[in-house]
Amino acid sequence: MTTTTAQRQSVVPNARLTGVGILRSEWTKTRSLRSTVWSFIAAVVLLVGVSALISFATADNWKTMDPGERAGFDATSTSIAGGFLAQLAIGVLGVLLISGEYSTGMIRSTMSAVPRRLPALWGKVVVFTVVTFITMLVSTLLAFAIGQQLLKSTGASVGFGDPQVMRALVGAALYLTVVGLLGMGLGALLRHSAGAISTLVGILLVLPIINAFLPADLQRTIRKFLPGEAGQQVLMVVPNPDALSPWAGFGVFVGYAALVMVVAAFLLKRRDV
Amino acid sequence: MIEVDGLVKRYGAKTAVNNLSFTVKPGIVTGFLGPNGSGKSTTMRLILGLDAPSSGTAMVNGRRYADHRAPLAEVGALLEARSVHTGRSAYNHLLALAQTHGIPSSRVTQVLELVGLQEVARKRAGKFSLGMGQRLGIAAALLGDPATVMLDEPVNGLDPEGILWVRHLLRSLAAEGRTVFVSSHLMSEMALTADHLIVIGRGELIADTSVQDFIDGASRNLVRVRSPRMAELAQLLATTGGVVTTVEGGVDVAGLSAAQIGDAAAANGIAVHELTPLQASLEEAFMDMTRDSVEFHAVDADAPTAGVTS
Ligand SMILES: Nc1ncnc2c1ncn2[C@@H]1O[C@H](COP(=O)(O)OP(=O)(O)OP(=O)(O)O)[C@@H](O)[C@H]1O
Ligand SMILES: [Mg+2]
Repeated sequence: MTTTTAQRQSVVPNARLTGVGILRSEWTKTRSLRSTVWSFIAAVVLLVGVSALISFATADNWKTMDPGERAGFDATSTSIAGGFLAQLAIGVLGVLLISGEYSTGMIRSTMSAVPRRLPALWGKVVVFTVVTFITMLVSTLLAFAIGQQLLKSTGASVGFGDPQVMRALVGAALYLTVVGLLGMGLGALLRHSAGAISTLVGILLVLPIINAFLPADLQRTIRKFLPGEAGQQVLMVVPNPDALSPWAGFGVFVGYAALVMVVAAFLLKRRDV
Repeated sequence: MIEVDGLVKRYGAKTAVNNLSFTVKPGIVTGFLGPNGSGKSTTMRLILGLDAPSSGTAMVNGRRYADHRAPLAEVGALLEARSVHTGRSAYNHLLALAQTHGIPSSRVTQVLELVGLQEVARKRAGKFSLGMGQRLGIAAALLGDPATVMLDEPVNGLDPEGILWVRHLLRSLAAEGRTVFVSSHLMSEMALTADHLIVIGRGELIADTSVQDFIDGASRNLVRVRSPRMAELAQLLATTGGVVTTVEGGVDVAGLSAAQIGDAAAANGIAVHELTPLQASLEEAFMDMTRDSVEFHAVDADAPTAGVTS
């Protein structure tokens, strides 16, 4: 060849795919979807609002409760009981953050920009973990503060400084975050919103019901290790003799979520997008 | 530069791409042609590593796409299937892609202007028309100022002004020394845009040729001749080396150019009323070439359909 093409000067000479870049990108993706923002708002409203309602109702019923019930009363977990519903909002959000990329085709853009694939998944995991933990921790503390005010009349209310309370509040935020990560793992594994949401709801809400049909001994043993049951011990203050200890239970729950995520990551690397 | 070597892709029992090898060179526009389902989109996904090949390799600028340090600066691709979250604005979509590579937001604004979407940059991509979606895809492809640009049917859904714009864009990208690889069904469009052609059918390579050679090979080199002294002239042309076929109102001559025929007639004082070089249209040539490998034939409207009696 006799013609020489002058070396083209790139408009973006410093372009490099980096981990920090992926984190920034995933943060932009998270904040730029209305559905994501609304799911977070829903989780916060459920956690703070429903918890307040439950605390109010409990205080109202206090006089009708027998001494046995009062002895087993957990003022901390009652004041954050809205977490039961908030977990669904967070879990569904975790699913949608990934399955939504598959349903819209966005995943092809994501995987073209990050062709090694796994860094994109880890980027999502990190951003989601940080954002969810912070919002859920703030909401939990707020729900607790409001709830304890409402429970004052019972004489059974507790404060931030009481034993086990801070562990339970931080534990609640951790539990909710891991529910979201479990949703994310299921979304990445199944790649369909409806299937992954149903599976998540099945794991958290339907498994305990199925378990209730088993013979009593077996039921008690299995119950301890059900994901939701195990995970929720970390937000209890009054210990339950039939359950795992708070951190052991939470560890089991994290184990389940990690298992789902590892299988999802393995398949993400291998499957066609 | 794209180098595809022995590429095979099977989906279950279906072989979408079968032992495909070709090279796409920088500095020119290379058209990628083939009938529906011939494997063009699949080949492009294999090049990007979105699908894993059953065997063979696809290299871009000397490496596998995933092995580059700045993939978006190596290959900018527009895929056939929509690849944008419908709930996100065009700006945020491009920003999220740019951020992975540390590309500044000023570049996002720049490509949005380039494709003419600056007015609707903050609108949700789900509300975009087909052509606007296509423009957004092209903007994403150009984001990293890539050395190789690979577009799957870029003019799909574009208005005439948009088609013209894409044609100019492809030519100028190639003139800047980039590798430009673009798929299409339209041979006539490729004749205007491309310098080189890669034609596939049923996942296999049918032709790897310059557009000029394709056009030369396609023309049947027939000349339509009419004359008041037709029989006499036909006789004369046959003895001068032409192959003469009688058609309605004249003859078709093969083997002689229009100039040779005209000169021969003049030398013998024979008047000529028509002297027309006939070229097969490029679409006809393309269909001739790929006929045996078309999978989805339309049923001819007036041909009797099996099982139907009238
Ligand atoms: N993910 C997939 N799973 C199964 N089959 C597939 C898949 N992708 C493509 N195919 C099949 O592979 C063949 C090639 O498809 P491809 O989309 O690559 O063709 P194409 O040349 O791009 O066609 P068109 O001109 O219509 O866009 C088709 O028969 C298609 O059905
Ligand atoms: Mg196609």
